Amino acid sequence: MSAQRTIWIAFLRPAVLAGTALVLTGHAQSAGAQEADAHPGAPVYDRWCAQCHGDEGAGDGYAAAYMLPRPRDFTSGIYQIKTTPAGTLPTDDDILRMVDDGMPGTAMPGWEGTLSAQQRRDVVDYLKTFSRFFETEEPPDPLPTGGEPRVTDEGLAEGRVVYEQLECWRCHGQQGRGDGPSAFEQTDQDGFPIRTADLTQNWQFTGGGEVENIYRRMMIGVEGTPMPSQADAVQSGVVTEEQVWRVAQYVRSLSPEDTPRLREVARAALVEGSLPASAADSAWAVADEFFFPLAGQIIVPPRWFAPTVNGVWVQAVHNGEELALKFRWHDPSNSPDPTWLPWQENVLAAMQPAEGGPTAPQTLPDAFAVQFPTTIPEGMDRPYFLMGDTRQPVYLWQWESLGDGVTEALARGPGSTTPLAPEQQSVRAEASWEEGEWVLVVRRALAAPEGDALDFEAGRAIPMGFFAWDGDNSEAGTRGAISTWYYLYLDEPGSNAVFILPVTATLLTFFLGLAFVMRAQRRPRHAVKSDSSLS
Amino acid sequence: MVTLCRRSLYLIALLPIALTACGGGDDAGSAAAGGGAADVAPVQIDNPGTITGSVAFTGTAPTLETIDMRDEPVCSDKHTEPPVQRTVVVNDNGTLSNVFVWVREGLTQSYPAQGEAPVLDQDGCLYQPRVLGVVSGQPFEIHNSDAVLHNVNAQPDANRGFNISQPQEGMTSERSFSTAEVMVPVQCDVHGWMTAYIGVVDHPYFAVTGGDGSFTIENLPPGDYVVEAWHEQYGTQTANVTVPPDGTVEAPFTYDAAAARNAIVPLGTPIDLHDHGAHVATVPTDAGDEE
Repeated sequence: MSAQRTIWIAFLRPAVLAGTALVLTGHAQSAGAQEADAHPGAPVYDRWCAQCHGDEGAGDGYAAAYMLPRPRDFTSGIYQIKTTPAGTLPTDDDILRMVDDGMPGTAMPGWEGTLSAQQRRDVVDYLKTFSRFFETEEPPDPLPTGGEPRVTDEGLAEGRVVYEQLECWRCHGQQGRGDGPSAFEQTDQDGFPIRTADLTQNWQFTGGGEVENIYRRMMIGVEGTPMPSQADAVQSGVVTEEQVWRVAQYVRSLSPEDTPRLREVARAALVEGSLPASAADSAWAVADEFFFPLAGQIIVPPRWFAPTVNGVWVQAVHNGEELALKFRWHDPSNSPDPTWLPWQENVLAAMQPAEGGPTAPQTLPDAFAVQFPTTIPEGMDRPYFLMGDTRQPVYLWQWESLGDGVTEALARGPGSTTPLAPEQQSVRAEASWEEGEWVLVVRRALAAPEGDALDFEAGRAIPMGFFAWDGDNSEAGTRGAISTWYYLYLDEPGSNAVFILPVTATLLTFFLGLAFVMRAQRRPRHAVKSDSSLS
Repeated sequence: MVTLCRRSLYLIALLPIALTACGGGDDAGSAAAGGGAADVAPVQIDNPGTITGSVAFTGTAPTLETIDMRDEPVCSDKHTEPPVQRTVVVNDNGTLSNVFVWVREGLTQSYPAQGEAPVLDQDGCLYQPRVLGVVSGQPFEIHNSDAVLHNVNAQPDANRGFNISQPQEGMTSERSFSTAEVMVPVQCDVHGWMTAYIGVVDHPYFAVTGGDGSFTIENLPPGDYVVEAWHEQYGTQTANVTVPPDGTVEAPFTYDAAAARNAIVPLGTPIDLHDHGAHVATVPTDAGDEE
């Protein structure tokens, strides 16, 4: 569990919380509205929860309009993640789990480290007072989850077949990237737009990313969302319980075995000869893949609290002359896609603040940008991470789905971007979108043409940052997803020690062994014992 | 549990009273109380009366939005005419279909459902019927007649909701609502155009207008009642009637296209999924206008 949260703790969650804090600035806490309330959970709730969830628990705190998904409305008694069967109330432990661990991929943080065990129990009890259902109904026993079959290749293949049969792809897409044909029009119980889960990112699953969690989500559903329960399908014999397990195992297999760790540095592997010719080239296999999280841009207005792209995978190789980078990120549509207009309408209607940004749907492309400083810094001094400023510009690679390749530019803050002169443009790029994923390959000589572009050097930590925009999510300009500074490190030509050493060690062992055996065979038997200590 | 207890109580206390559940229907015309299923003993209401009437429609009927089902040939093949969003169905005789008419006030007790379980079918990627009435506690069936995935996402306010995956043709699920609620919206998230409404009341004195716009609510104890008509776009109207012993009283309703513009539809959300917060029904003003 703690591993799952690594990334959030490292970057995203503070960013979301920082955004929330910005929103809250200027608002007094809901001061003592509940002074007469005797419930021990009330003061805790008023202090920590009401800003988002509302004084009366209706999910309508003043920060709510800045959040998608919206904060939970406790008055309905509907809880998305629970262990009890569909249509029933959650147990106290179910609610406590959400309070303790938070909800990945949302603004809801875990409170285990902030509130005492007693406070958390009190607040759970208090939450229940917001819904009349808890007065008249008892939660039943949790759904049993025993009987998970062993994971096998055949089982995973069957899981895929049942995934088809249950038509999970309708929303989640053929590759599970949340890009299914119905994804564009999904709304939650209150009519707010809701993203279909990207099944390749299990660390983002609100109800937990392991097989048992997924099985539960399938059997119980995710209440208040379009995700239905398969319990009736099992009861009707359409599928067996074991087949549901198989789908859960298959879905689990779509994500990496381990949650990607946040690493500061993307390493560009040194290769001999030519660089990978295309995105599909098997030569990429030599390069590790690095995951960098992205979050909404919530500093410069108009801000954006509901970005589509939440991270980018990066691979890099170079050959001492040229550098190739492969970026892939998930975006359910190849913008502009008119199918997604209703989504854009819904998002614009739901999200605050507009802050001068467009409020009507537009025809916007998807876009991606990578930024570097104009020169490799000696120390920790880097341009401002939000596309630089007037004092220190950044060197930018800008790509657009409707454009032609990558444009190199200098930026002095968002909106102050100047393309480099045509003779300085030397980047080659190709991009493709398939099944909810963009893949962009960018190549450039390490040494830039005369001008403002960065000269890449091996053996140096080169600051690198990312921006992504989903046009069909109304993203453009400052409305988009951003990262903080990370680094690109090009392996040095002389530093192949890591590859040579094992070979040397093997050869050395072999020759030493050979020498030992030859000596042993040459010497009289009685001397072997004393000689053996040599080895 | 609650549901079960309540139902058995009814059965014990009200065995002598025979009533029928009124399903609703686009094609069924009025749904009449009376008749009833064979397995429930006939019940006696002294000098029962009847409320009858017709729901008139004045003004220009909006042009209904055509549903693009091209991506779902399993469903589009079932339609000979291009399927439309049946948000406002005006009949040839100038009356309005899919109006849920029910006795809102005046009954002094609850009455149990009788007869066959009402059925909400999914056929040709449309709900059949679009407006259905059930009695609180009464089990009703949800059926998938399409060889395609439907999810049945009921989003009540006073009741617990459900969201059932029905991935196979012929699949049937059974549910009930424990508490009266007019209306419970039902939505298919796979096919965003699929919407139905279930009216849950504590008695079987309701009807849904069909192809002739008329309704009949029979077998009522004589007395004063408030009858409510509900339409998904045009909102609610009430009529005060006195049901005479062994007689019939008329409760006429008229919806006007223009006057209905600001009608309040007493329903949580789905009247306009894009209209957050305001529960005011919007009336399409011209052809092709989205609801």
